[in-house]
Amino acid sequence: MKVAIVTFPGTNCERDTKYAFDKLGCDTEIIWHKNTNINADLVILPGGFSYGDYLRTAAIAKFSPIMKSVVDHAKKGGYILGICNGFQMLVELNLLKGALHKNLDLNFISKYHHVKVISNDNKFLRNCQKDEILNIPIAHGEGNYYASDDDIKQLQDNEQILLTYCDKDGNSSNPNGSVLDIAGICDKEKRIFGLMPHPERAIEKELGGVDGLKMLKGFI
Amino acid sequence: MKVVVNVKLKDGVLDPAGKATEHALTSLGFSDVDNVRIGKQIILDINKTSKEDVLKDVKKMCEELLANTVIEEYEIVL
Repeated sequence: MKVAIVTFPGTNCERDTKYAFDKLGCDTEIIWHKNTNINADLVILPGGFSYGDYLRTAAIAKFSPIMKSVVDHAKKGGYILGICNGFQMLVELNLLKGALHKNLDLNFISKYHHVKVISNDNKFLRNCQKDEILNIPIAHGEGNYYASDDDIKQLQDNEQILLTYCDKDGNSSNPNGSVLDIAGICDKEKRIFGLMPHPERAIEKELGGVDGLKMLKGFI
Repeated sequence: MKVVVNVKLKDGVLDPAGKATEHALTSLGFSDVDNVRIGKQIILDINKTSKEDVLKDVKKMCEELLANTVIEEYEIVL
């Protein structure tokens, strides 16, 4: 399986992501955003601070030359995973509903946090159980997910809400103010996924857990 | 032509920075303050003389880049 990891000025999670998919036996490639060719089964927009988060997170990255290929890949039915800053890119590109803005308490949050699997009827979370609680690091200043009531209803009706923030027992615990505690969503066809937590940082026991590996394995 | 674009979160979208500032103002004794919203101002110099053309261009800039219209609204001041 071929995985393309796209990097922008300010991206900082591309090597962790590559490490995770190399560990899963994939053929991985890191691609600079000025390239315009993507030949992969899965395209990943990794975490970081593209263009220094100037203007708004991911606002400028969406105009990088490679984005046309990313959108074409989506139109052709290819899989896309956006992690953290990548999730922000997917909503800026309108490939996913809603928007992400400043955390409720205005702090940058960096810690392990529990998330609940809301739907496993998709490739990303097919190795997880519904309502399973996973422990995955989060690291963001703007992860406060917002969508209009109509969009939220569509996300709910179509099982597009994938992950919500919770405590270790599965009770609501919201670090950033996201509507409905949303931590990750997908598109209608369940081929484009975006989440604020960093699964690529939870793939070795020595680093605190392997729940992220279980998630990423779904794509293989 | 100098153009000013004011971008702010739409009403109904919680503005955490505005809320924090409102709390600080209240703590300072400005008890009449309510509903503080914080936006950003983008100032542009555009090399065109037709007001109509400039307005059309800046509107396009706002829709495509300067504002995220899912959560933000903008105002163009010429």
